[in-house]
Amino acid sequence: MKKDVLNYIDKRNSFFWVSSIVILFTLIIILLSEAYGLNLVSTSFTKVLGKTLCLCIVALAMDLVWGYCGILSLGHFAFFGLGGYMIGMWLMFERTKNIVVESTQNNVLPLTETEISEAVGTQIFGVVGGAEIPLIWSFADSLLIHIVLILLVPGVLAYIFGWLAFRSRVTGVYLSILTQAMTLALSLYLFQNDSGLRGNNGLSGLQNIPNLDDFSQAELSIWFLILSALTLIFTYYICNLIVNSKLGNIITGIRDNETRVRFLGYKVESYKLFIFVITAIISGVAGALYYPQAGIINPAELAPIASIYLAVWVAIGGRGYLYGALIGAAFVSLASSYFTGGQIPNINFGLFTLKWVDWWVVILGLSFVITTLYAPKGIGGLIERIFRRS
Amino acid sequence: MLFNLTKRLTLVMFALFLGNSVLADGHGKIKIGILHSLSGTMAISETTLKDTMLMLIDEQNKKGGILGKKLEPVVVDPASNWPLFAEKARELLTVSKVDVMFGCWTSVSRKSALPVLEELNGLLFYPVQYEGEESSKNVFYTGAAPNQQAIPATDYYLEELGVKKFALLGTDYVYPRTTNKILKQYLIDKGIPESDIFVNYTPFGHSDWSKIVADVVGLGADGKKVGVISTINGDANIGFYKELAAAGIKADDIPVVAFSVGEEELSGLDTKNLVGHLAAWNYFQSAESDLNTDFIKQWKSTMGDKRVTNDPMEAHVIGFKMYVKAVEKAGTTDVDAVRKAMYGMKVPNLTGGMAEMLPNHHLSKPVLIGEIQADGQFDIISQTKEVPGDAWTDYLAESKPLVSDWKSLGCGMYNKDTKTCVQMKSNY
Amino acid sequence: MNSFLKLIFQLFFVLIFSNPLYASESNNLEKVLNNNFKLIIKSSSRTIEPVIEDLLSTKSPNLEEFLKSWRNKELYYVKKSKLIAILKQKNSNGYELLQFSNKTSLGFFKKKEIKVIKPNSGVRSKISNALIGFQLLNDDPKVRYKSLETLTRKFNSKYLIPLKNALKKENNPDLKKRMSELLVFGTIKYSQNEDEKISSLNSLRGNMSIEARGTIASLLESKLYVSNKMPDLPNLARNIIPGNSYKNADGSSNKPFFYFNKKPEISRSEAIDLLIKNNFLKDHITPSRRDEILKQNISNSHIEGIPVKQLNSSEERNNAYNLLVKLGKAIPLKSDKEIDDLIKRHFFYAVYKEKSPKVINTAKLVFNDINYKVNFYEYLDLILDGLSLASIYFLGAIGLAITFGVMRVINMAHGEFIMIGAYTGYVVQLFIPNHTISLLVAFPLAFLVTFLGGVAMERLVIRHLYRNPLDTLLATFGISIALQQIAKNIFGTQARPLTSPEWLDGALVVNDVLSISLIRIAIFVLGLIFLVLLLLVMNKTRLGLETKAVTQNPMMASSMGINPDRINMLTFGFGSGIAGIAGVAIGLFSKVTSELGADYIVQSFMTVVVGGVGNIWGTLAGATMIGMLQKFIEWFNPSNTLAAQTYMIIFIILFIQFRPKGIMALKGRAAED
Repeated sequence: MKKDVLNYIDKRNSFFWVSSIVILFTLIIILLSEAYGLNLVSTSFTKVLGKTLCLCIVALAMDLVWGYCGILSLGHFAFFGLGGYMIGMWLMFERTKNIVVESTQNNVLPLTETEISEAVGTQIFGVVGGAEIPLIWSFADSLLIHIVLILLVPGVLAYIFGWLAFRSRVTGVYLSILTQAMTLALSLYLFQNDSGLRGNNGLSGLQNIPNLDDFSQAELSIWFLILSALTLIFTYYICNLIVNSKLGNIITGIRDNETRVRFLGYKVESYKLFIFVITAIISGVAGALYYPQAGIINPAELAPIASIYLAVWVAIGGRGYLYGALIGAAFVSLASSYFTGGQIPNINFGLFTLKWVDWWVVILGLSFVITTLYAPKGIGGLIERIFRRS
Repeated sequence: MLFNLTKRLTLVMFALFLGNSVLADGHGKIKIGILHSLSGTMAISETTLKDTMLMLIDEQNKKGGILGKKLEPVVVDPASNWPLFAEKARELLTVSKVDVMFGCWTSVSRKSALPVLEELNGLLFYPVQYEGEESSKNVFYTGAAPNQQAIPATDYYLEELGVKKFALLGTDYVYPRTTNKILKQYLIDKGIPESDIFVNYTPFGHSDWSKIVADVVGLGADGKKVGVISTINGDANIGFYKELAAAGIKADDIPVVAFSVGEEELSGLDTKNLVGHLAAWNYFQSAESDLNTDFIKQWKSTMGDKRVTNDPMEAHVIGFKMYVKAVEKAGTTDVDAVRKAMYGMKVPNLTGGMAEMLPNHHLSKPVLIGEIQADGQFDIISQTKEVPGDAWTDYLAESKPLVSDWKSLGCGMYNKDTKTCVQMKSNY
Repeated sequence: MNSFLKLIFQLFFVLIFSNPLYASESNNLEKVLNNNFKLIIKSSSRTIEPVIEDLLSTKSPNLEEFLKSWRNKELYYVKKSKLIAILKQKNSNGYELLQFSNKTSLGFFKKKEIKVIKPNSGVRSKISNALIGFQLLNDDPKVRYKSLETLTRKFNSKYLIPLKNALKKENNPDLKKRMSELLVFGTIKYSQNEDEKISSLNSLRGNMSIEARGTIASLLESKLYVSNKMPDLPNLARNIIPGNSYKNADGSSNKPFFYFNKKPEISRSEAIDLLIKNNFLKDHITPSRRDEILKQNISNSHIEGIPVKQLNSSEERNNAYNLLVKLGKAIPLKSDKEIDDLIKRHFFYAVYKEKSPKVINTAKLVFNDINYKVNFYEYLDLILDGLSLASIYFLGAIGLAITFGVMRVINMAHGEFIMIGAYTGYVVQLFIPNHTISLLVAFPLAFLVTFLGGVAMERLVIRHLYRNPLDTLLATFGISIALQQIAKNIFGTQARPLTSPEWLDGALVVNDVLSISLIRIAIFVLGLIFLVLLLLVMNKTRLGLETKAVTQNPMMASSMGINPDRINMLTFGFGSGIAGIAGVAIGLFSKVTSELGADYIVQSFMTVVVGGVGNIWGTLAGATMIGMLQKFIEWFNPSNTLAAQTYMIIFIILFIQFRPKGIMALKGRAAED
């Protein structure tokens, strides 16, 4: 019996295992949902779960690039955010355009193209004191192009950055600091109002999907949950494929001893670049699914700390275990929102009252230190050890 | 073993989440949601407002609640994280089923919660001065619109101080951007050439002010009197005023009027260098009235002697009193009924006079200009009559034809020229 | 206004020649106060002048005292009796007031019954103006100096003669100098005598004060005109080509060689507006006017047979409009070419307000001369600014130069040690109110606290992770967020004041262009001290030697009798301690918040990386480069500080690509790791 379980947990079978859990979980939520089920799970919680699935996707990417390839990127949340911005631009533009067209239907003269774009510009950029639509919004009226951009923009940025970094053999902590600098630069850039992406306000109202006004948020949240779950399963499949292929062996080799792999004749840089770019694209897709559920994206989301948290999730979940990354992301992000939500009663120790809102981050930080010190393989490692021992 | 444990844990957690939605239905109680950040960067400002609300609710309960029902506060923490404002607002409306919400501080957080409020027909009282250009059916703006703070302060500069050259310094976000855009147009209309208006934006928490202060001083090189209009937010003010003082600039030479510096912010500063600089608000703790004296006494006895009162707190006091009266008038907490009862509702200001809720969901309030004193309080040197808040500014061409009137026109964005309602929902 | 000044002028004469005539007329003052009660208690600078005029006309001996206490917000009024009074004493009975004019007691009042009279600063400056008359000849040089200060702010033609008189009588050299300066400015502004003006202008050559520049600039003010024939004026400032030429500071114009952040003085559309305003362009149909006319001609959703629905582009609308023109229902549109021709046919120019070409030429000469000098000092100022920023970055990074640079331990909690140092300074100030002493206590204490913190962290966490730097990064990040949150829990999220001693408050003023606040100089000096100290410790002490030995080869070092554990612990503590001292310094010039360290951590790491790991000189070079660079980018794009930071980081990323080991790369075996 135990052996069977072990086999399931075994890396090769973990895809089956994970995908069935995700599907089962999604089905249960649908069954309990406000829109299509027993109305036991509220829409806001469905959204939280959908967002958590997206975070699991980006954690998978992080695990692939760090846990398997050894590149501690502190910038993957930047790609996540970029994906969000790309879908956000379309959502915002299209919705505003619909509103403008609808509200001016009774005008005496039909609007010209320039008048429409002026009106849309005032609506979107009035908030940052502008009215013109910046050049980067040129394709904002095409969903197709923006879906391509979700893949392309993070991919190209990762390619340029990775090519520069790996070419000059920046490794280890240097690379981490450099990726962190990249995120910081990007978020500072987006913070400017002149960036053309509404500065500090970011893009908002993303939960209202244009042309789908007939669907309520309760229904949309379920559809997004399903979409996120399917993407997660697909991503897991891809990642599983990569780590169990020859490519996977090479990148693990690079992680363990880069010089040796290079001497064996492999083009280490190309492998690293490939992994870096593919994970950036995965992150971008995850972001594009996440932000329509969150409703708003702004540059604070891309701040360096977000990427470090991503690393934290993966480390707690277990580096080098794909399912570990999932557990880490889901567990830590859900626990964080739960403990800081103010629903847990404070514990009174007489002299001192433990307020979860105040002390949760301290506990999280310290537990993280403890994980690195005493369980460097994280939850995934623990699970494996328990099953292997028994 | 561990697997079982985690499974059980997840189940327990799950049950807890579910429990929320099951147990949420309270009867015979009026639920008041409080949507202020209790952690993160905005906690410092917003926690005070949460405490104000709890104090007000407690007081009302001692008086017997509203319509014989007790009030129950539901406090959530959006943690200064803008997407969380939308999430928590939805949770308050659908899970906790609150009747009304008091909350938000930054415009971004309001714009994040707006779509949820409009979708679910909630009701929010927003207590902070903001940039205007908005009038949602589901929000009552109890803070100042630009014409209740920025424009009077600029008039004061032009008329009383004879300022000829303006430096508009702000933190780079929506409130300074929009306010400065309005002010710039206003100044140009008043005959100040565009070349005499210097605009600069700095990031949140900016600390390296030497260059900017030097630039401002340099503006005086053509012999015109320079005045600074500051929409600098939060911590950044500390470095800014320190640098001003170090550069030896006195309020008599280059006055600074701030729109985001109140008693709370000053309590973190050594004010000896700031004496004589200005701030414009609708309320100062130093305002002399019986109502204010009582309020300060109540606040200090609840929160401790060192605590100060400020403008957004007054906004919540007015907003809360209005809500209580409106519910009593409507006889129900139904959002639409309460909203209709709100129009024309009058409640006394803490600074004297009456605040009236206008059909555009803004208040009429007096504008006060104060000089900073060495003890961190303000010396009120100018107080106007009540100014009606204007949702859409008259000083920008694109907003000029717009009016908001939810009472008779039933529209927050009505174009007077074309006589049509531009849109029912807000921009976010 | 004029009569008011005349009065002041008269007053001077009264003061100078007719002191004995100074009669006591307190009744008069009382009457004036009564008459203007409302205007005094709720004053506005728009309405206060006649009141001051009336007051001055009473010539009451109490007048100076009255004006002074009014200005200093020391006057009260009694709400009921409408009397203006001053406070005698405040005790448990309430406020005892004296009626101002006759100093009789009005008895005790409750706070509610009286109110302070609070003139705003505009009114106060007018009162100060009125006081000039009393003060310019006051016996106390300080009072005279103050009145001069006021005079500077509100100089006017009518003050010229009194000032000349006062100058003759003045014997304090400082004041004399100031008075003659003021006289020069006044002459340039208000004198009618051409020669006098020119000689005064020449005396300002090279004077960079804001006042001097302001005075000359006001002489070079010009006004825009448009005309259809070439003007022939002696005081013509410049010809303007719309959309092309730009304005020089001295009022002349230039065709730009290339545009760099410089807009042409007037754009095409502004030129069109000017033409319309001056009636050179009539019947101009703007697009919105065209649409209006189109709307008026709609009948049955058609315009002359064209369905309105079709008019959804500019061309279609133009076509429809032209149809109306053909039918004689509208005036024809002007083509762009026609308008361009019209603009070309007209002359746009600006004319100086000053009439005399001689004065203008001298003013231009002096102005450009000064500007040249000012430019030089502005560059110098920029460089000093850069250096100051560099020294702050250096302070932030110097602890890292040891822990990261020398020991290769990546400590994400380094920023939090800076924060702890700053909070230590704050706490010390709570107990020791004297800022100088508290600072002297704070520096060693901050070192001690963070040193112990660093040692504890090294013992408990980092020691176990030396072999895996990436894990250290994550573990220390955990400590970092925990420490930050603990600071928030203890001190709250609000910024706490860390006040510098008074002697650091001012600025070193070289001239009106170049001045540096003392606190920045102090930080610069502190940075230098650290540099020397660190170099000494690393190169001249046993600890430094042993540290190097341990980092290069711990096995070998321990076989030579060095205890690597102890060395690692001490070095790490030392680096953390230095961060603590830096924290106090940084807190002094900015603010103390729990995020103080996080604000500097990325920059600090980049400073070390750019400079070259393992080299303290490198850290210095890195800090200088980053600081300078940021200031120069800011200078190019002055209204956007965020952009400067973004571009700087991008530059650094690129820089590291090309010099991955930093500016001062280590060579030889030590470089390999």
